Amino acid sequence: MTVATTKDIPTPTLQARGLVKNYGRVVALDGANLELYPGEVLGVIGDNGAGKSTLIKCFSGAVIPDEGEIYIDGELVHLHSPGDSMASGIETVYQTLAICPALDIGTNLFLGRERRKPGILGSVFRMLDLSGMREAARKEMSDLGLLTIQDMSQAVETLSGGQRQGVAVARAAAFGQRVIIMDEPTAALGVKESRKVLQLIKDVRDRGIPVILISHNMPHVFEVADRIHIHRLGRRVAVVTPQSHTMTEAVAIMTGATPAQMTDDEMALPASARAAA
Amino acid sequence: MSGQEDRDQDPIRAELTAADVAGEISEHDRQRPTALQRVQRILHRYPALGPLFVLVMMLIAFSFMSERFLQPFNMSLIIQQVTVVGTLAIGQTIIILTAGIDLSVGAITVFVSVIMAKLSADYGVPGIAALLVGFSFGTACGLLNGLLITRLRLPPFIVTLGTLSIFFALNLYVSASTTIRGRDMDPILTALAGRDGTIEVPFIDTPIPYASLGMLVIYAIMAYVLRYTAWGRHIYATGDDPEATRLTGIKVDRVLVSVYAVAGTIYAIGAWFLIGRIGAASPQVGIGYNLDTITAVVIGGTSLFGGRGVVIGTLIGAIIVGMARNGLSLAGFDPLWQDFTIGVLVIVAVTLDQWIRRVSA
Repeated sequence: MTVATTKDIPTPTLQARGLVKNYGRVVALDGANLELYPGEVLGVIGDNGAGKSTLIKCFSGAVIPDEGEIYIDGELVHLHSPGDSMASGIETVYQTLAICPALDIGTNLFLGRERRKPGILGSVFRMLDLSGMREAARKEMSDLGLLTIQDMSQAVETLSGGQRQGVAVARAAAFGQRVIIMDEPTAALGVKESRKVLQLIKDVRDRGIPVILISHNMPHVFEVADRIHIHRLGRRVAVVTPQSHTMTEAVAIMTGATPAQMTDDEMALPASARAAA
Repeated sequence: MSGQEDRDQDPIRAELTAADVAGEISEHDRQRPTALQRVQRILHRYPALGPLFVLVMMLIAFSFMSERFLQPFNMSLIIQQVTVVGTLAIGQTIIILTAGIDLSVGAITVFVSVIMAKLSADYGVPGIAALLVGFSFGTACGLLNGLLITRLRLPPFIVTLGTLSIFFALNLYVSASTTIRGRDMDPILTALAGRDGTIEVPFIDTPIPYASLGMLVIYAIMAYVLRYTAWGRHIYATGDDPEATRLTGIKVDRVLVSVYAVAGTIYAIGAWFLIGRIGAASPQVGIGYNLDTITAVVIGGTSLFGGRGVVIGTLIGAIIVGMARNGLSLAGFDPLWQDFTIGVLVIVAVTLDQWIRRVSA
């Protein structure tokens, strides 16, 4: 049994050290750590109120932690707003989707980072390139196998739940340069649509962009995750893999039935180094 | 065993075949929408169609009820009568699109008109300067509304209800409750309407005021801005779902403050039109514009819940109100039926909006 040397361990794409967040007297995060390595899907599981949502909101800029640091590719960053986070290449698919139902698909995909027409129309008259954005939206949707939606000028509220999810995922996939975070992406979906989203997660990972998947659905997490981060009482208590633990064992750790005995260094190891160890 | 192996077999991808996708499409085709659903979808997509239909129906109905109704002179009269409210309603529209409301529009307008007139008539300030001060002042009033709403996190209804009283009181104080006559002011303040402030419309041989043309120009500009600029799209997004909009990185508070400020500028332009139209600046005229602008916006198909509507709908809404008053009066109805009709139209418009909002896949 050889201990992996530091050379074998890649720099995490995204890393959190000692995040603390209190809401009044409620402790949502109590020194939480997290590592996300290049090219992996990291499942994050935890009981209700364990602080999963707060943790990922720290990455998406929607919540500012009271203490602790976040590193992207090894560099310390300060994410004070969703805009900061997006500028750093982190895209989030929120459980609520964060899309505007009355607006069309093209507008939603580019909301907040619209493209303007070239030349004087764009610079002086601030004219948006509506057709160009629609075309790009169509391409992104078809790349993700969501071709059933034909009309990019259609309002999002006229779409089915799965299609709306598709729009949110497409937006993340189109702009996520470094990390994509998905919060309960299958919670509102039927069986067939869930399959599609899981496939999308794998496709995104295969494009080389690591994904954080927060979900209550154990079979889904175990199906796509390379590593599974178990969150309990505001902190990481274990990191398992679908190979090392069964779902039942993971749930036992999550609920505190089985105390996890893992050191933080152990939990921070990427899947490859674990396999070697 | 490794994760790689699982990935190669990949049970998910095998499931998702082309036939699968095709099946989903045909599933959609199978549920053919009923005629009513189709109407609902069309109205959902083009919110100005409903008001346009009402306008055309009214045009036809009134032309049978009165011979004078369709005369170019009468049409010009209607346009003149809706010019001030129509202009103010542009500001009200962008505010309602953000799911807000402005009850202080009348107070701001009157206050600005008094300030412009007083600077020119009592202090001898050049007309252009008085106008620019008035525009800045209107913008500042709007800005104040926006800042109170975003900084204090108060509902727009409450903030503008408060500033309605505040601006109106200050307006009475500044004007000492007296009207300033148009001929005491620099001519530029009254140049856009009234006897000399008109332009002959070719072919139909009827004068319309510059102010009415000005109103149409502002409508055209605002229609462009709302449809083709990022700021315009952000207004819709903010009204539709502010939290989702914030999460896409848009600074929602900044959008709101800018909307109220721009609305204030538009009210100030409306104040200029108002001085020309009544040939004076009166601290009492125009307070009723609050409800009139909201009526025009609502009849024009813009949703009070924000995020839906088009500014051209508001123009149609304002004309519908003007035309209903004019047509009913020409047809010999007692004026009380004008208010009755407009009340019915407002309720029908909001009911229609509720129905259209329920459109779904």
